[in-house]
Amino acid sequence: MVSRRVIITFPAGKAVQPLTYYLVKDFDLVINILFARISPDEEGTLVLEISNSQATNIEKGIDFLRGKGLVVENLAKAINWDEAECIHCGACTAVCRSRALSLDHSTWRLDFDQSKCIVCELCIQSCPLGIIKEAF
Amino acid sequence: MLKSLEEINAKICAGTAVTLTKNEFLSLAAQDGLNEAAARVDVVTTATFGAMCSSGAFFNFKHTDPPMKLKRVSLNDVPGYGGLAAMDVFLGATEPAEDNPRYGGAHVIEALVRGDSVRLKADSSGTDCYPKEALEAQFTLDDLNQAYLFNPRNGYQNYAAAINGTDRIIYTYMGTLLPRYGNLTYSTSGSLSPLINDPYYRTIGIGTRIWLAGAVGLVAWEGTQHNPTVARNDRAIPFGAAGTMAVIGNLKDMSTDFLRAAYFHNYGVTLYIGIGVAIPVLDKEMAHYLAITDDDITTKVYDYGVASRSRPVVAEVTYAQLRSGSVLIDGKTIATAPLSSLFKAREIMHLLKQQIQAGTFTLSAPIQPLPGSRGVE
Repeated sequence: MVSRRVIITFPAGKAVQPLTYYLVKDFDLVINILFARISPDEEGTLVLEISNSQATNIEKGIDFLRGKGLVVENLAKAINWDEAECIHCGACTAVCRSRALSLDHSTWRLDFDQSKCIVCELCIQSCPLGIIKEAF
Repeated sequence: MLKSLEEINAKICAGTAVTLTKNEFLSLAAQDGLNEAAARVDVVTTATFGAMCSSGAFFNFKHTDPPMKLKRVSLNDVPGYGGLAAMDVFLGATEPAEDNPRYGGAHVIEALVRGDSVRLKADSSGTDCYPKEALEAQFTLDDLNQAYLFNPRNGYQNYAAAINGTDRIIYTYMGTLLPRYGNLTYSTSGSLSPLINDPYYRTIGIGTRIWLAGAVGLVAWEGTQHNPTVARNDRAIPFGAAGTMAVIGNLKDMSTDFLRAAYFHNYGVTLYIGIGVAIPVLDKEMAHYLAITDDDITTKVYDYGVASRSRPVVAEVTYAQLRSGSVLIDGKTIATAPLSSLFKAREIMHLLKQQIQAGTFTLSAPIQPLPGSRGVE
């Protein structure tokens, strides 16, 4: 099984198409929705993990999405947390829905599990010390 | 009366005082009972490390030659207040820089404590006493005659929790609140917080020696908005924001480990400050208060999406529920997140405990009680 994580950006008004249905039916892809922020008349963001036994099938599915006018990017971006400067207040955990950022309930230290991060970037603005940044 | 403060101080100086952190005291009380804990323990350390907007610093600069009265003043482009004697300046933590809302007084204070150089710019109209009209200079903390933190309101005794009932993300001093009850934030260190452990201000009053961002500080006065009359539960804990402290301490003795500038998105600049208070176990009443747990502390959850002084109360929750990571409101499980650092509060409790054990920090009785104090008989 091959998996890829992608960020799909919808231009305003494009969020009403039944995309995952066609990805599953026409391309036989396994779709895991990691993050979705979609509201009518606004730009939306969808983070998907797409899996199939063959990478070429995933490519075909992504080409299909691009053909529909959507911007599809690999989830190559990452979040960088400056642990040495952290005060472990936990403000970032308020917005981290994937639970990549969490407080250890025995020590109350912040922990960052990069593998759970879907790079929604909400933590960047939520960190009062400005020590969570986007890294490329 | 079980023990007097004088007896406890004598034990501290002799190195025989039994000092525990709040968490250690809770463990002992649970294991051996409250009476035993009250008899055996002399001092319990409590602490908080949170964003405290009502903070600032007084500076006194060395006189220039010819002399000058600092009138319009800025420090790294953050306006200070010079409406005092010639070289005295007050800098408020939340004051933003002239052209950068993300940088403010708190950042200047942190920079000075870190040992960094700060740019002073000032002008004046010039008088016979003070003819010099303009000044621009770099300075560090060492260059100042006096530099002390003087925070009008710190260490709130309990505080509201925040939620957002609107359809959009809102950015508040309670952090980023996700729409449709998407999350819930809370402040204060709960059962570790100083004024929670002395709910009627019997031992914490004006003149009480405290641990302030690594320095020895004092409670200078009641904090602004100090309100001891807020309704209380059966453990004497106010249901919301009640008592507060005005605190003072020497900036030159502080550490950036416990004093940090912060910026809350779309809200502004504030200062994270660590405060530790050592509470004497004078009698069973104090031991009873020091045994308060997060289960005993109730707070109200307000909808911060309603921009009104009378925000609707959405629910009442305990700190134990908040600390668990989620609460159930209207049948929905809502993730909770703190804004004050429990990790740092614990660190402060341990540091203060070590200082007391080393005999370098003794306790002081209030010179004058805070309003609403029940006092010590």
